Amino acid sequence: MNINLTMIGQAIAFFIFVVFCMKYVWPPIMAALQERQKKIADGLAASDRAARDLELAQEKSAQELREAKQQAAGLIEQANKRAAQIVEASKDDARKEGEKLIEQARAEIEQERNQARDALRAEIAAIAVAGAEKILETSVDASKHNEMLEKLAAEL
Amino acid sequence: MAGSASEYIQHHLQNLTYGKLPAGYERADGTVIEDTTWTLAHTAQEASDMGFWAVHVDSLGWAVGLGVLFLFLFRMAAKRATSDQPGGLQNFVEVMVEFVDNSVKETFHGKNKVIAPLALTIFCWIFLMNLMDLVPVDFLPQLFHLAGADYMKVVPTTDVNVTLGMSLSVFFLIIFYSLKVKGVGGFLGELTLHPFSSDNLVLKILLVPVNFLLEGVSLIAKPISLALRLFGNLYAGELIFILIALLPLWAQWTLSVPWAIFHILVITLQAFIFMMLTIVYLSMAHEDSH
Repeated sequence: MNINLTMIGQAIAFFIFVVFCMKYVWPPIMAALQERQKKIADGLAASDRAARDLELAQEKSAQELREAKQQAAGLIEQANKRAAQIVEASKDDARKEGEKLIEQARAEIEQERNQARDALRAEIAAIAVAGAEKILETSVDASKHNEMLEKLAAEL
Repeated sequence: MAGSASEYIQHHLQNLTYGKLPAGYERADGTVIEDTTWTLAHTAQEASDMGFWAVHVDSLGWAVGLGVLFLFLFRMAAKRATSDQPGGLQNFVEVMVEFVDNSVKETFHGKNKVIAPLALTIFCWIFLMNLMDLVPVDFLPQLFHLAGADYMKVVPTTDVNVTLGMSLSVFFLIIFYSLKVKGVGGFLGELTLHPFSSDNLVLKILLVPVNFLLEGVSLIAKPISLALRLFGNLYAGELIFILIALLPLWAQWTLSVPWAIFHILVITLQAFIFMMLTIVYLSMAHEDSH
């Protein structure tokens, strides 16, 4: 158990080792550790940000979808209204057209009835004259009795 | 394993010593030295007669070798240190560094670039030196005996010079930082005006020697206890290994294996205690507690 120079030698070695450790070992390792810490922190922050961005994007897309749906609904309603208008208008046109046609037809019918009546009247007048001739056995001067005949025809 | 048990033990506890023998000294083999010579001691008596001017070649050699091994490994990791995925060595080194860094941060709150690397060096170096205790006690000495060395103590921390060398370095750091942080006056005040203090000036002066005695003893006790704690634990552990090695070969493992397993704890714990106490002492040196 001799106390001797070994003690001093050990102290010198100790001093050198500590200085070496302080200069060449500790700083690079601490730097690497701190850099990694920073990297991890940055990565976590970035992922947070990305999650938030995703949420925002989802919200935005949902909103746009909702708007698009609303627009589409509006368009469909408009189209429906327009279609209804068109149908209504064409119905109206058709009705008018029909009425016009009916009116025309009625006018034609009236005209034809009048013609037929006139023809019938003339016929009847002729038949009456012929009948009267037969009865009188004489010819009736149509021109002389025209007045009477017309009176008769009017009575028919 | 020649000689009696006590010779065997003595032999194992003797360092390989290189030192100065005075002129006219009669060596163990009967020859008388004419001039003062530096030589290897052949016996324990010669080693102790060398006095202070001797070096324990084995202790210093193993200590420096293990220190270089530690620094080589850590320097390699530090060179390749990357903030990306670390490799196996870097992982290990980072664990050690973070462990030491946390220990330092928990205890020491000031700013000092020395303390953390100092603590790392202390922990790793002492751990490696203690670890040599787990090498079978006869293995390396026998190898060196074949190579011609008479004595070989492979566990540097079982040499009180080694532990004292480290603890005295720590002691000087304590003094240095005490003076640097508190100034000479502050440091002297801390040594002389506490723990007993008085508002009366005369009483205060009377209490100075008492305080100085108390504080001085507690200051000097720091490096002594630091060195002797480590030395005592490892020396005792080594001695028990040597005693176990005296048993018949077939019976040795029944004791040496449990003791070695238990010793793993002691080795780590002693390295840790030395490091922690160093940090505590240095942080006390930095604090203006009074």
